[in-house]
This record gives sequence, structure tokens and C-alpha cells, in this order.
Amino acid sequence: MATVERKATGGIGDSVLRKEDRKFVTGEGRYTDDLKLPGMLHAVFVRSPFGHAKVKGIDASAAEAMPGVRAVLTHATLPVETGVLSASNPPGSDVRQPEQPVLARDEVRYVGEPVAMVIAENRYVARDAADLVIVDYDPIAVVCDAEAALADGAPLVHSEYPDNVAATLKHETDGFDAAMAKASRTVELRVVNQRVTPMPMETRGCIGDWQQATGEVTLYTSTQVAHFVRTFVSIVCGTSEAKVRVVAPDVGGGFGAKLNTYREEFAVCAASHKVGVPVKWIEDRTENAVATIHGRDQVQYYTAGVDDTGRIVALKMDAIQNNGAYHQLLTPSISHLTLFMVPGCYDIQDISIRIRQAFTNTTPTDAYRGAGRPEATHGIERLLDAVADDLGMDAAEVRRVNFIKPEQFPYSSSTGLIYDSGDYETTMEEALRLADYAGFPARRAESEKNGRYRGIGLSTYVEVCGLAPSAVTAAIGIGAPGWEHSTVRLHPTGKATVITGTSPHGQGHATTWSQITQTELGIPFEDVEVIHGDTAFQPYGLGTYGSRSLAVGGVALYRSLGKVREKARELAAHLLECSVDDLEWTGTAWQVKGSPDRAKTIQELAGAAWAAASMPDGSEPVLEATTFHDPPNFTFPFGTHVCEVEIDPTTGRVEVVNYTAVDDCGNVINPMIVDGQVHGGIIQGLGQALYEETVYGEDGQMLTPTLVEYLVPAASDVPPMTLARTTTPSPSNPMGVKGIGEAGTIAASSAIVNAAVDALSGLGVRHIEMPMQPARIWHVIQEAKA
Amino acid sequence: MGQTITVTVNGTAHTAEVEPRTLLVHFLREQLMLTGTHIGCDTSTCGCCTVHVDGEAVLSCSMLAVQADGCAVRTVEGLEQDGELHPIQQAFHENHGLQCGFCTPGMMMAALGIIEQNPGASDDEIRHALEGNLCRCTGYQNIVAAVRSAADQMARS
Repeated sequence: MATVERKATGGIGDSVLRKEDRKFVTGEGRYTDDLKLPGMLHAVFVRSPFGHAKVKGIDASAAEAMPGVRAVLTHATLPVETGVLSASNPPGSDVRQPEQPVLARDEVRYVGEPVAMVIAENRYVARDAADLVIVDYDPIAVVCDAEAALADGAPLVHSEYPDNVAATLKHETDGFDAAMAKASRTVELRVVNQRVTPMPMETRGCIGDWQQATGEVTLYTSTQVAHFVRTFVSIVCGTSEAKVRVVAPDVGGGFGAKLNTYREEFAVCAASHKVGVPVKWIEDRTENAVATIHGRDQVQYYTAGVDDTGRIVALKMDAIQNNGAYHQLLTPSISHLTLFMVPGCYDIQDISIRIRQAFTNTTPTDAYRGAGRPEATHGIERLLDAVADDLGMDAAEVRRVNFIKPEQFPYSSSTGLIYDSGDYETTMEEALRLADYAGFPARRAESEKNGRYRGIGLSTYVEVCGLAPSAVTAAIGIGAPGWEHSTVRLHPTGKATVITGTSPHGQGHATTWSQITQTELGIPFEDVEVIHGDTAFQPYGLGTYGSRSLAVGGVALYRSLGKVREKARELAAHLLECSVDDLEWTGTAWQVKGSPDRAKTIQELAGAAWAAASMPDGSEPVLEATTFHDPPNFTFPFGTHVCEVEIDPTTGRVEVVNYTAVDDCGNVINPMIVDGQVHGGIIQGLGQALYEETVYGEDGQMLTPTLVEYLVPAASDVPPMTLARTTTPSPSNPMGVKGIGEAGTIAASSAIVNAAVDALSGLGVRHIEMPMQPARIWHVIQEAKA
Repeated sequence: MGQTITVTVNGTAHTAEVEPRTLLVHFLREQLMLTGTHIGCDTSTCGCCTVHVDGEAVLSCSMLAVQADGCAVRTVEGLEQDGELHPIQQAFHENHGLQCGFCTPGMMMAALGIIEQNPGASDDEIRHALEGNLCRCTGYQNIVAAVRSAADQMARS
């Protein structure tokens, strides 16, 4: 990797060291569990040990009698109803929206569903008391696999839905049948994108603090979307949204798991109302594995109609998505993102997609880093290799044949999106060069001499980011807009406060937002403070997810900075007794053109605007501006990842020996932070490709409830990585930025699997499912040889 | 049912009454309010709670507070001296070795243990020695670079 020069301060384009870091390296970060409020009690939830059961009765008397226990709450004694929690109703899908109570009413539908809530003086007592709560369950038959759930005669997750169908998404172009009929051959592939668990290192946790006298409630919660949570808390708890304050303290990772509103968040507020003091709940890791959303879990059946040149002329995907037992915030829309991206970066004009979503007796699935898009990318990238294999073509060549060409942008996709900009082939050629693709046969021969299989795999991806134009979110049935807020406030002393609706949890917005402010307004990096994640400060913020923060929130900031700069210009013209047209912006001051001695710095103007002794006619005091930026389009970052693996035939272990990523996220604010996002994203994709799988037994039990069974990558699992970038600015925003948070995860899994399939292709292996743990690979090799 | 213990934490002796079953990590976080040491799992797998007890890196979730009676404990809060970051803290900052920061205290304490035990550790040895500390954000590239950098810096000084 090219060494980037890192700086203590700087503007756009510099690898500025993060201003967030000091509190985290000194232990002064304040995460939810670090907060302690006067009189605070601790909650532990009693959760269902069954995948499906009737709740016949609850006897909490022994728990209630335990010293230190304040209350044991159940559905009967904590009478708040979540109702329908999902804000996602894809049009035409006939989506079904089951209600979920905060605490189970009379039936539980997955292992981990909350049944009772014990509130005690500390977590040890609460834990002990929870074990004394006796729940009388009557188990019912379970179904955890989505394909099995849709089969005739499957056990019903919700008795009112006689087929377990949660929703069905369909999209077909008019010319699909004719195009498919013209194909000279078809290539079929079944791809399983297994269920995984987000596993942020900080689990969820929250504190509800209900002020009895005023009805005001403050909820501290580890979330990516404080404002969504506030809206839902007000609805569920039946209080005014104006009385609810939600604070996201430091958040220890999210990856989509905290892009949600959860029952526990309502429960601690309602419980605090009931017991009269703050109530804290901190999820433990085993609980996190069942009580926090999972990701992926989609089975795809592809049929590609291909012509003799390797061009895909028609594409069909029939998929089944496992939604789990209930719908969380965006559950039914996640596979809508899959639908959007089925054609990937290829010019496939005719397409037919059906995604059937199923209820099962499992934890709900929802957004996990990439959210529907990794499923699309993994599938199409596996399919491209299958097409190449069928035609005896090179994997890179089949991509060249099918790529959308640079002159086709803006490109109208067959799924209804308008890709903003791209140059896929240039990026791929750069990746092939850096990975020495041409030299691979020699390296393979060398590995074979050592008795090891070697393979190389490509993933050429495009993602839809910058979520989202509000008209589009409305059109696809997401009950929340996609704009973002920013306020820039200059203080009398010339320092700046930036208030943003984004909600970083590791992405470093305090740093990048300060860089943008320095470049656009001339306030030094170190003089900028960034406030986020507290509904008391922002009018409304949509939060951080979907690689949206820079492309939407950063652009909102950019526009507010421009407004402040223009207001400062009018004031400068007034004070310098000239026309605004006589002034030029120096980067830190407005000056009369060509006259550096006649200038007002932004700090001077901030002070003058506050003092307001002499303002232009009609101008209000203070330099401050607010923007609600609604993006006109999504952004479409893209790139090529090249992975090289060696496989040990005796153990089946897949070792990633080299990994090259060339990403194009448009213009870059902080290269160091972008590289960090790519590193982390790739390793999450690698985790899914090689190790991670959330497994349920036939009886509905969760078999991977801890980090002992559920393997996330460790430092020793990480391959050497070469990162590079091309830069194709987005025309959809004035900064030309696209987004990078999910790219690595979206790209990585297919690059790694494609490499492993390539390694074993000599044995006739055509496809391998994830995770490619040694046992699976060993079996694949034995079966291929048999 | 409480038991009185005396533990020296970051150079300061603390005498306190604890329940015998209190984990060291809960004693540090909830009685001494040293919340820099985090809890990321309940199976001794993630390493977030790593502290040093009598000079050795240990998981404070897998040790009782009473077992630390009479011991010297060093936590992340004890690294910075007189406003100067410790080389391991400075290296994590300069190498972008952290994103959300949750694993960082435990990661740094584990790394410090590695450096102190094996000052000349290779990158490969660092990677394997860090296996007990999980990070979900960084992909470890910059963490390993940070540990390497801190080891070099500490060897020079």
C-alpha cells in the first residue's frame, strides 16, 4: 500500500489524524454502559428458550421476593405495545406486518424473544432473579429455513399467515421473455448467502430516564439512528415526541445492527416511568446473538441467457429471503436493495426478478453492512465466473464484454436506477495490474509443486449508496425520508460548532467534517467542534447507514458552509463599503479584489455579525446556517477486488495469500480514513466468506450464540492487502463524493469464493457455498475427486 | 457477605468491600469508575477487558476482584503520564489503529504485554499474539502497524 502522509491538521484531501482518538486511547470514551445516573436500577430480560411456544403463564413471585429486586415486569404489567415496528412497506409486495409486543403476550416465535423484565439494584441481582422467573411454555413446531417455511405443510410462524409469506418483490422488463428466448445458451447457478451476525464489539445497551413530574424522557442508547428511535419511543410509549430526548453516546460499532429501533429501548423507558428511577439494560454477548438483528440469509436461483460472445442478454433471479419471525425497521426493504443491484455493473437490459420473503422462527434479519447489496454482488459475481467457465472464457474478459461502458453514463439500469458515473474497465485493469494477474499462472504452477491448489478471483462491484432521495424512499415504501441536516454556527470568538444529523460510530466524522469546514470556510481544523447523535441539538437527523454520511450529510454541511460564507460576504462588503462583486474569497477571508489590506477574516466577520453593530439592510445577526439536503440521486461507488488463495488439500484450509482492492468512491476527504473503511469492510466480507455463519438447529435452537462458536476474523486471519483508488466524481452532488463504508464488505466475499472455486476448478468444482471453513472445503475436494 | 480487598490500580491503593463473586472488570468499572476497560463478550474471547495484573496482561472478566487482592493492576487510564500519551497510545493514534474505539483499551493493553514480553516480535508474531483480541472495525492492518511502530519506538527510548 502506498504510504500516505499523515497530518495533524488539514483540509479536504489530507490524511488528517483523527481528533476523536485521544478520548478513546485514554479510556475516556463514554459508551452507554459507562454512564451511571442517580438512583439507576439495572434490567435483565427473561428470554424465550424455545423457537416457538405458547406462553401459558409466568410466575415471578420468587424473583420478586429476592432482596434487591424492585420489579418483575411482564406483558400484563408493562402495558406498552410496539405494534408494527417496521417502517418498510415495499409497494406491490403485499407485505405482512405482524405486531410485536414489547414483552411477549401469549406466544414466542424465536429463541431470545423477550418475555419478562427483571429490575434490580444491580446487574448481578437482576441476573440471579431472572433465573427464578418461571415461565410455563407449551412448545410448537418450528421452521427456521426459509425454503422449508415456504413449502406446503410447513409449521406456521404466525397462525394468521397460512403460507409464511412475508412479502414478495417482483420486477420484470417487457422484453425479458423474448431476450431469454434468443440466448444461445443458459447458465444456471444456485447461490446461498448465509445468515451472519453483525457483532459490533460493543453490544447494544440503553438507559431510560423518565422524569415523573414533567413527562420528559431521556433515552441513552447505542444507536446509529437517534431520531428514528425518538419518533418510535414517542409513539410506543404514548408521549409527545417533543418530550423525548435520545442520546447516542460513544457507540462501539454498528454495522447496521444499531440501525434499528428495538423492544428493549421502549422497555427501559416504560419501566423507568413505572418504577420512577432510571433503568439501564446492557446486552451481553450471548444475548446479542439472539436479540439483535442478523444479516443476509438469502437463497438465489440464477438463470443467465448468454450469447456466443459471453454477453448476458437476459437474467433471471428467483430468490428466497429469510426475514425471521418479525419485521424490524427495514426488514422487508433489505432485499429490495438486492433487487435494485441484481444486474451489478453489467449492461443487462432484460431482467426478471422475484424475491419471496419468508417468516421463520429465527431472529429478524435487517440491515447488515451492505444491506441487500452484498447478496446481489456475491450472486452476480459468482454467476459471471460460472458464465466464463461455461464458455471457456477468462474471468476478466467476460467482465469486459458485459461492463456498462463509460459513455453510457448516466446509465438507466433495468431495475430502474440511474447510475451516476463510472469507468469500470479502467478500475479493473488497474487492479489486474497491481495484482499481477498476468503472472498468476506461474504462481499457480509454483503452488502446485508444493502440493497446494492456487486460485485467483475477481469481484467487480458497483453499489448503490448515499441513501437516499426522499421521493425514492417514499416510492419504495420506506416510511422515512433520506435527507440530512447540518447546522454551522460561528461563535463570537471565530470558532465553529458543526451540528450534523449523521451519527458516526467509528467513521470519524468529527475529523472529516472539520476538514471540510477548514477548506470551505477557512476555520482551522482545530477550531471546529462537531456535535452528533443527540436529538436535543439537531432538528432531525437521519443518521449513519447505507454509506450515506458524506454523500448526504457531508453535502448538507458543505451547503451550510457556503451559506455562511455568502452571508459573511455581504457583511464584509457592508463593512468594507464596497459591492459584493468587488470581493474575492481568499480561503480564510473576504478581500477587495487585489487589495489584501482591505480584507475581513471569517473570524472577524463572525465577531462583527454577533456584535451586530452594523449589519447590511435586512441581514440578521450571527453567522449561522442550516441546511436540509435531500439528494437528487443515489451515488454509485464501484471497484475491482482481486483475491488470491492457496488451499491445503490435506486440511481444506483456504488461505488468502494476496488481496488487491481498487475502489472508486469519487472524491476523497481523508484518504487514511477511507483506507481504514476499506480494510475493515474487506475483513468483514472475508469473515463471511471463510468463517462466519449463524446456525439454527432443527429444533430452533441457536447453535452459534457466542464468539466461541461464531468465528469472526482475528489479526492472524488477515491477508496482505494492496489498496488503490481511481477517482470518478459523482455528478449528483457538488463535492463529487460517493461513499465507502460498505464497499469492502460488498466486494470481498465473491472475490474470495471466486478464487477458491478457481483453485479447485481443475477438479471440476464449479461453485462453493460460504463459509468456506476447512471441513467444507475438504469435503468439496473429496467429492470432486470421487 | 462482603470481603475487603486492597488493590493498587495505576499506582493508587484502593481498599474496598466487594462481593466475593465480583469480577475484576466490574470492580474496576463500577466501584472505581474506571470505565476505560470494556466488556465485549461473556466467554473470555474478545479481549476488550484486558488489563495488566502484576505486570501480566490478563482478562479482567475472567478473574475475581478478590483474586486481585494485594496486586498491582494497570488499566488504560494508567498509560498516559503527565499529559503525555504512552507510545502505544500515540502509535494507535498515528496509525489509525482504531475506529469505534471500543476494543482499543484492551487491544493496547494486550499489545503492551506482547511488546514487553517480546520486544523484537515480528509482524507475524504480533498478529498471532493478538488473536485473543477482536476488532470488528479496522481489519487489523493498522493495529498491527501501530503495535510495530510502538515496539520500535519503545526499543529506541
